[in-house]
Amino acid sequence: MNGAQALIESLLQEQVDHIFGYAGATICPAVDALKEHPEIGYTLVRTEQNAGHMASGYARVSGKVGVCMVTSGPGATNLITGIATAYMDSIPMVAITGQVPSSQLGRDIFQEVDITGAVAPFSKHSYLVKDANEIPRIVKEAFHIASTGRPGPVLIDIPIDIQNQEVKHFHYPEEVNIRGYKPSVKGNELQIKRVAEAISRSKQPVILAGGGVWLANARTELLELAERCSIPVIKTMMGISLMPTGHPLNLGMIGAHGNHCANKALAKADLLIMVGTRAADRAVIDPGEIQRRMATIHIDVDPAEIGKNMQAAIPLVGDVKVILQQLLDRNITPPDSAAWLERLRDYRKAELGRVFPKREGYVFPGTVLRKLGAKLADDAAVCVDVGQNQIFTCKYLPQKNGRLLTSGGLGTMGYALPAAVGVKVAQPDRQTVVVCGDGSFQMSMNELAAVKCAGMDLKIVLFQNQVLGLVNQIQRTAPYHGPFGVALDGSPDFPAIAAAYGIPSLTVSDEDKLDETLDRFLGSEGCCLLICRVHPDVSTTD
Amino acid sequence: MKQTISVLVENQAGVLNRITGLFSRRAFNIESLAVGVTDDPTISRITIIVDSGNSVVEQVEKQLNKLVEVIKVRTLDENTFIGRELMILKVNANNKTRQDIMTICEIMGAKVDDISPTSLTMELSDTPDRLDTFQAMMRPFSILEVARTGVIAVQKGGGKI
Repeated sequence: MNGAQALIESLLQEQVDHIFGYAGATICPAVDALKEHPEIGYTLVRTEQNAGHMASGYARVSGKVGVCMVTSGPGATNLITGIATAYMDSIPMVAITGQVPSSQLGRDIFQEVDITGAVAPFSKHSYLVKDANEIPRIVKEAFHIASTGRPGPVLIDIPIDIQNQEVKHFHYPEEVNIRGYKPSVKGNELQIKRVAEAISRSKQPVILAGGGVWLANARTELLELAERCSIPVIKTMMGISLMPTGHPLNLGMIGAHGNHCANKALAKADLLIMVGTRAADRAVIDPGEIQRRMATIHIDVDPAEIGKNMQAAIPLVGDVKVILQQLLDRNITPPDSAAWLERLRDYRKAELGRVFPKREGYVFPGTVLRKLGAKLADDAAVCVDVGQNQIFTCKYLPQKNGRLLTSGGLGTMGYALPAAVGVKVAQPDRQTVVVCGDGSFQMSMNELAAVKCAGMDLKIVLFQNQVLGLVNQIQRTAPYHGPFGVALDGSPDFPAIAAAYGIPSLTVSDEDKLDETLDRFLGSEGCCLLICRVHPDVSTTD
Repeated sequence: MKQTISVLVENQAGVLNRITGLFSRRAFNIESLAVGVTDDPTISRITIIVDSGNSVVEQVEKQLNKLVEVIKVRTLDENTFIGRELMILKVNANNKTRQDIMTICEIMGAKVDDISPTSLTMELSDTPDRLDTFQAMMRPFSILEVARTGVIAVQKGGGKI
């Protein structure tokens, strides 16, 4: 057995069933070893960044660690954006990179790059393997680190000579023992008691839920706590699909691009309970102001999040699922929040009843998304890109009991299509929809090849406004002097692009035909592209 | 305010890179940093001095703790640790000035390591403040070279971090 075979054997021990990758000279031994194991599926991406996004989509719906594998040098540097995207959204991922022979390291030979050095700021950990006998231990540790505590990407860089080195005795360790890595799980009982008391005492409590709730698989516990104590819930972009839109306690998304009612609830609350969120700038614009005005509780698995952006009065560190269960076990006396809920209900009603503008010859994204959401399966996965399409979808797509996946932290354009491929690989039968703009679609439309190869029935909604909409919107406000470099001139004929991959398409520019077109789109067999013509001047504040 | 952070880390290649990288990307400023192996050859101790407020130091501690190779982090209480720095200083010296320099060395407890017709090289291990004083006293004689190690520190008493 050589190092490459030990690597694949270790991946099998971790129940890896799919790898997203791109082969190259220095990863050839590992690819060769993979060939012997058809039980591990393989998707060839068209650029390495998307291997990261596919692994991310796969990880987010399956709850397993996503795996990508690329070659050294440009393969590794192309993957960097995928790793950084995963890091900012705390996605469990193991990235494997080939490396030049260890004897040549540091000499700038062909396709050499210091990838462990390059990813240090945005990876949870990384390894440069120097002895093939260490591979089983390193893989075991990498999967453990990637998936426990606050999840994140871990990179394993393996020089080609190490992949070819003989491994005398393969032994996969049962347990991991890293003295510097012991994530907290249970919440401190004294703090739990303080939280319970603060909830009972409050009059206008609100829960702010983020992506950490999904990562901890704590949706059920969160909803139960909210329902038992009648606490309204607002969400960050990463937590958006935690609650169905129609849930009486759901107040939508907060932030600069959020729902008005959610921001109002945050501004008027007397107790803010943050669960699995870092309260970054896009969600909480002025954390100092919030701290001054209300009591705050911060529940997070990462102790470094406590006090980073916001100094909470009661910090509570541990696994979100375990902590919420600890709180549920206390049978908290529900606060007297009837008047508060009544007031919020009016705000929410106004928001949901919002009338969208109409323009002849165009469709408005909010109108499309409202209708689309109503027609989707209860557990549909929607992968949304970055730009106006992201804001519109997060604000207006009605949620049921599915998932909304987006690059919330890094805001990486081109995320949606490859992430949806990852979703389909993990859960082929789940209805999966991509929402993107004509800017973001062009960043990853080469991955239609993966869709075609696997015959995936992805449904792609493309808002075509022929401009980088959100930047255009920013450039039209002070201190800037008008749009520049945002017109998407030279964009291809999208139906022709789709057709070139054997994918049919539909185009809609008339809101009266929306229902019928959406039904045909969603009812079509296999993959389908729906082009929605949007006026270039449309703003997310319309 | 200057604060001393003592960090125990795995004695492995690349660890120092991770620590310093963390400081630069989180915009924490390092005043001094000293590394050396402990009595356990698999563990190194890094002593870092930062000049920041308490909330920044708390965040530094938490971020350091997140690094997988970091085993323990402790901000040392100002009054309860021994912190020392080593300085080697070379100064111009001739028959006229040599005696004056020697007097200062005696007062400050510095040791002469090397002598030449035109120079004196001395070492002094003490607190950073006293090293500063010594350096200031030497300045009129024209300093040729200074090397300082950065502070290393341990807690007083029987405890350990």
